[in-house]
Amino acid sequence: MTDDIRNILKQHASLAAEPSELAPDADLHQAGLTSHATVNLMLALEDHFNVEFPERMLRRRVFDSIATIEAAIAELTSGAST
Amino acid sequence: MSAGASGGPPDSAAAFGAAPTVRQELVASAKELALEVVSKHAADVDRRGRFPQESVDALRKARLLGCAVPEELGGLGATLPELSAICTTLGEQCATTAMVFAMHQIQVLCIVRHAGNSQLLRGYLRECAEKQLLIASATSELGVGGDIRTSLCSVEESGGRFTLNKEASVISYGEYTDDVLVTARRSPDAAPSDQVLVLVRRAETKLEKKGEWDTLGMRGTCSLGFMLRAEGDIGQILPAPFAEISAQTMHPVSHIVWTSAWLGIATSAVSIARKYVRAEARKKPGVVPPNALRAAELVNQLHGMRAIVKDAMHEYGVRYHDPDALEGLGFQIRMNNLKISISEQVVPVVQKALSICGISGYRNDTPYALGRQLRDAYGAGVMILNDRLYGTNAKLLLVSKED
Repeated sequence: MTDDIRNILKQHASLAAEPSELAPDADLHQAGLTSHATVNLMLALEDHFNVEFPERMLRRRVFDSIATIEAAIAELTSGAST
Repeated sequence: MSAGASGGPPDSAAAFGAAPTVRQELVASAKELALEVVSKHAADVDRRGRFPQESVDALRKARLLGCAVPEELGGLGATLPELSAICTTLGEQCATTAMVFAMHQIQVLCIVRHAGNSQLLRGYLRECAEKQLLIASATSELGVGGDIRTSLCSVEESGGRFTLNKEASVISYGEYTDDVLVTARRSPDAAPSDQVLVLVRRAETKLEKKGEWDTLGMRGTCSLGFMLRAEGDIGQILPAPFAEISAQTMHPVSHIVWTSAWLGIATSAVSIARKYVRAEARKKPGVVPPNALRAAELVNQLHGMRAIVKDAMHEYGVRYHDPDALEGLGFQIRMNNLKISISEQVVPVVQKALSICGISGYRNDTPYALGRQLRDAYGAGVMILNDRLYGTNAKLLLVSKED
């Protein structure tokens, strides 16, 4: 899943850094993730993982790092529907 | 004084509760100076496109400039509903003065909420109340396309001090301000969206004026561009990231106090139209003037606008203690809609008032003159273009699911 997230970050997040070189807990906002790019990222993640982020997950901190995104996707795909 | 305000937490959080009391004496003192001072200079401020110095001096003297500073730091701990009421009261007499007051209070509230444990910033707030300092904002920058969430300039730190140079496309009342809150990248190698908010002091700041401010309305805000060169103590950099300050305070508070000021323009136009209809009615008692129906429509619309602002304030109060909820997309969309709704309505309201007053409203030399209100009202839709906000909302709505 981490590789998929890195790949989506590369395509949609317009980061200054190369996503494959980012540590899982590296701060994406400091890496240049803007609020506009976050929306693109959300849409691409929803499409790729076939999930819908509920309103409570549409928060800056959910997109803090690769690890926090992965945790959110894992929660949504674990079968526990929201 | 409001119950609980003085014993509340240092950030005056109690003040933002769901249904805070509005201290009538505070609003009354604003009303008094609005009628006695602000109204007298409004036409001249507009005609000459000059800063409303007398009005700002009067606000200082009444201790209203620093009223949002918490009581334990020497201010009056004014709540957002109180600030909103003051903005409307001032806006009824002079929209320029109301906007200057509104823009200044946004800066004060950003520091109040996000000073954290900084002794320096709390000391600054104390000074702000004591000297009734005026604070301007430098969020926009040449070259970023109007996106205040992106900066080109950056803070450069060295030995506990910083320097900061910014080509600010607009600093409203920059020539008349004491201090400025400036956005910048955190460091020279930080990403454009990795921003901080920095307090720069007048004595340590050089402002070089760029261009003029000659506009249709809101002529006294003197919103010129400036080349800003500042230095200071690194303690003047607000500890929270700007992304957080913007979502939790600057964005919602801006739209609430701006719309409150525009509500003042609408209130003024409606009250002029009603005065006109009353004068007509007195000429023929027993006959309801045809215009009375139009005036009744206007009053209905004004009450609707008032309800929109109150509802937005209520929503902010409810979410105030929950930073997560304040940063939610649904709340951002609502706050953008607040600005769009009121700014889209204020021009038609003044136009309808003008059609009621007819030539008396069109002329500048009658008690029913509405020219200034109409020109000022147009400022609401272009101060952050509504289409830009619709564009942001369109994008956020692609992922937001809140009703």
